[in-house]
Amino acid sequence: MRTFGFPEFLFILEAAKWTVALSLIAFIGGALGGLLVALGRTSESRLAQLLAGGFIQIFQGTPLLLQLFLVFFGAPVLGFEINPWVAAGVALILNSSAFLGEIWRGCIQAIPSGQAEAAHALSLDYFSRMRFVILPQAMKIALAPTVGYLVQIIKGTSLAAIIGFAEITRAGQIINNATFQPLIVFSVVAAIYFALCWPLSLLASRMERRQAAALAR
Amino acid sequence: MNYTFQFGDVFAAWPLLLKGTWNTIELSLLAMLFGLALAIACAWGKTAGPKPLRFVINAYIELIRNTPFLVQLFFFFFAMPALGLRWSAHTAALTAMVINLGAYATEIIRAGIESIPKGQIEAGLALNLKRHEIFRFVILKPALKAIYPALTSQFILLMLSSAVVSAISADDLTSVAANLQSQTFRSFEIYIVVAVIYLLLALAFSALFRLIYKASLNYPDRR
Repeated sequence: MRTFGFPEFLFILEAAKWTVALSLIAFIGGALGGLLVALGRTSESRLAQLLAGGFIQIFQGTPLLLQLFLVFFGAPVLGFEINPWVAAGVALILNSSAFLGEIWRGCIQAIPSGQAEAAHALSLDYFSRMRFVILPQAMKIALAPTVGYLVQIIKGTSLAAIIGFAEITRAGQIINNATFQPLIVFSVVAAIYFALCWPLSLLASRMERRQAAALAR
Repeated sequence: MNYTFQFGDVFAAWPLLLKGTWNTIELSLLAMLFGLALAIACAWGKTAGPKPLRFVINAYIELIRNTPFLVQLFFFFFAMPALGLRWSAHTAALTAMVINLGAYATEIIRAGIESIPKGQIEAGLALNLKRHEIFRFVILKPALKAIYPALTSQFILLMLSSAVVSAISADDLTSVAANLQSQTFRSFEIYIVVAVIYLLLALAFSALFRLIYKASLNYPDRR
């Protein structure tokens, strides 16, 4: 039987790159999707509001694990070849689109309506109004909660271990099965996640405090 | 797409699904109850406790909020028995949920407590209320009212993340689904049905929380 040593630690640490890669995919895809969702929720079209609202309700109202299972087991049924990479990526992108969309909707709606009215009065069309007036201001408010949400995404990628994607948690399980030293193995796993997430959490709360200070002035 | 959906096997197993749904409800309710109690204690410690206690509570919150629930679950299920603590998957799952919710809810409740104006507490002192009475009636209740939406959405997130406890086969709805899946191979149908059940549960819980609010916190205040 193996004992937990430096090679085992390295094995888990190396899996961190897959956690980071999956998190980046989920964040970038989720940011694009989230922007669409946020614009849909704040648009004047009733249909877009309804679609975006339904999307959010479904993805915030069901467990991420089930979404992962539905993509993983559902895609072959619908005729797509799928592997844990794609399944985890798609499920996490859809999930983060819903959550980021809802966060950003709040930020867009926090912009005083006078701004949109002024843009209207200047006869800017929807695209320019959003691109040059609303979104740049909303982005400033959105930065802190978005960084905070990044932590949620990193933690969410751990669920990909359940469908066999070899990221940190899965690597931990593999090493645990070989060494039977769960205490040290899962402490190491937790420590690596902590090292990834804590700086982001600190950054997010720092940004939040600075923003609150700026608004209080 | 040449696939015919067959929900027959799934609906035939309704007693199992019902049992799983009930287990998830029970697990979530217990975790909410104990988690809330833990969070109130920690929030009190964090706002009024001595410095070492505050440090410990902060470390607990940061540790839990910056690691995944699945890893915490594995820690409680695999690592605690290695320390000599023998418990079932169900108890390990409940413990992990309570500890997890406790950390998130502490931060929410602390924010509520800090929003209570000093004058209100001084008014309580002037009325000669005891320390615990001030905490309970003058600080905690208005604080809970102020952060009620954030707290209840955290509760619902907890209910949804309880699906993860199926990874240690803790008898919840998702575990039932996984077992059914290996018996009938109707995985897509099963997970669709179970996802719908979770969605209904989320709606039911938010309706329940609205009722609780109306029954106990719906008094007029300055806000």
